[in-house]
Amino acid sequence: MQKVTRDILIDRAAELLASGMVNRVLGWRSGEFFYDVVPAVFRSEADMRDGFVFDDFCGCNFSKYLVKESARSDGRILVFLKPCDTYSYNQLLTEHRFDAEKTYVIGVPCDGMLDIGRIKERVGEGVIGIEAEGDELIVKTLYDGDKRMKREDALPDRCRHCKGKKHVAFDELIGEECEENDENASGRFEGVAELEAMTSEQRYFFWQNELSRCIRCNACRDVCPACTCEKCVFDNPKSGVENKAASDSFEEKLFHIIRAFHVAGRCTDCGECSRVCPQHIPLHLLNRKFISDINGLYGEYQAGETVGSRSPMVDYSRADLDPSEAIGKREE
Amino acid sequence: MQIKVRKPLIVAFCCNWCSYAGADLAGSNRLNYPADVKIIRVPCSCRVNPTFVLRAFQRGADGVIICGCHPGDCHYTSGNYYTRRRMTLLFSMLDYLGIERERTRVEWVSAAEGAKFAATMNEFAEQVAALGENRRLEDLRCKK
Repeated sequence: MQKVTRDILIDRAAELLASGMVNRVLGWRSGEFFYDVVPAVFRSEADMRDGFVFDDFCGCNFSKYLVKESARSDGRILVFLKPCDTYSYNQLLTEHRFDAEKTYVIGVPCDGMLDIGRIKERVGEGVIGIEAEGDELIVKTLYDGDKRMKREDALPDRCRHCKGKKHVAFDELIGEECEENDENASGRFEGVAELEAMTSEQRYFFWQNELSRCIRCNACRDVCPACTCEKCVFDNPKSGVENKAASDSFEEKLFHIIRAFHVAGRCTDCGECSRVCPQHIPLHLLNRKFISDINGLYGEYQAGETVGSRSPMVDYSRADLDPSEAIGKREE
Repeated sequence: MQIKVRKPLIVAFCCNWCSYAGADLAGSNRLNYPADVKIIRVPCSCRVNPTFVLRAFQRGADGVIICGCHPGDCHYTSGNYYTRRRMTLLFSMLDYLGIERERTRVEWVSAAEGAKFAATMNEFAEQVAALGENRRLEDLRCKK
């Protein structure tokens, strides 16, 4: 359960709409199913009362929507950002992708979002409702009645190893701000370390297995708050990599390496790529590999923590190691 | 009957100012290095986009080596420093995906180091030959 309810958010948004401070609101709207929450722009309080939601399925990071949305009108847009979304907001400001004066950020606290995929893995299809009871979830299903599961098991990877509950950018906050960083954040690179411990052949088969499921829907690219190029290399018909479903094993690898490489040093580890992947490919493992390499070799760096920070990939030091030494050093 | 021995194909990206001249020196000094090394001249080692490396593998390369000026000697002051970071991350990622690490390398070769160029290429070609054909990062469509 989230500590802040939808009504608190709607009341505050209604005040700001009425005062003329903002002219529209970027928020979550319930989709076809209660767990299919989609981003939407609301223009009035009545509209919000009708469709706005804030619950355990509001994982969507709105930062990227601001790029196009802020260019659409002269008025300010109100946006609700969870702590991890604010990193992407800062990163986009660093890259001058939108005008902060045209946005009004309300920081909302987050207790971790749920991943419907993980819930369905445990309880099967036909989920019609979820209630929280302490550390447990009671999942109501159409065919098997109520089922209980641990809330922890329903969390996506990004929330299980939350990088912090503190907002790094906001105009105002709703709810209590938690100053402490989550103690779980250190576990962020466990998945990467596990893979690194495998033999080269095992890793090859692991990734072959994962990446061959890719259908090249490009959802990971489209949702990524760091991928905001107006012209993308993967849309260039001359690039030879713009094919969609017809891809073969090389192309899948190329696509995923290049996608992750393009955001290396700018990726805030928001985990949206893994969330939207219809094939459940653990794409965050690629991004986190780059982050863990950068942290290990060029010093700790969290993209989006401050506006204007310089990414390690557009910087250098004379003392950097050569690739052969650096990769060897990591293994020791 | 003749037995065909498969020779590895190696793509070497050489920077115009140091390594390409180094290769030239190796040639004028009559130093031997394998003919399987195909040199592509680039203005600076940092011109090498990670996609170039992947593309070389796609089109049938068994090993890719990037040669540039020694750190601190870049014709454009700092190009090779960026190469160093970029290629570290790219090679580390390839290793992470299970592509043999020995297939990729970055080496600094100055214009005066013809001998080093030949020695590096000999050693690298041997190393790649020992690994055999590039199977993990191949594009079957390109092998028809």
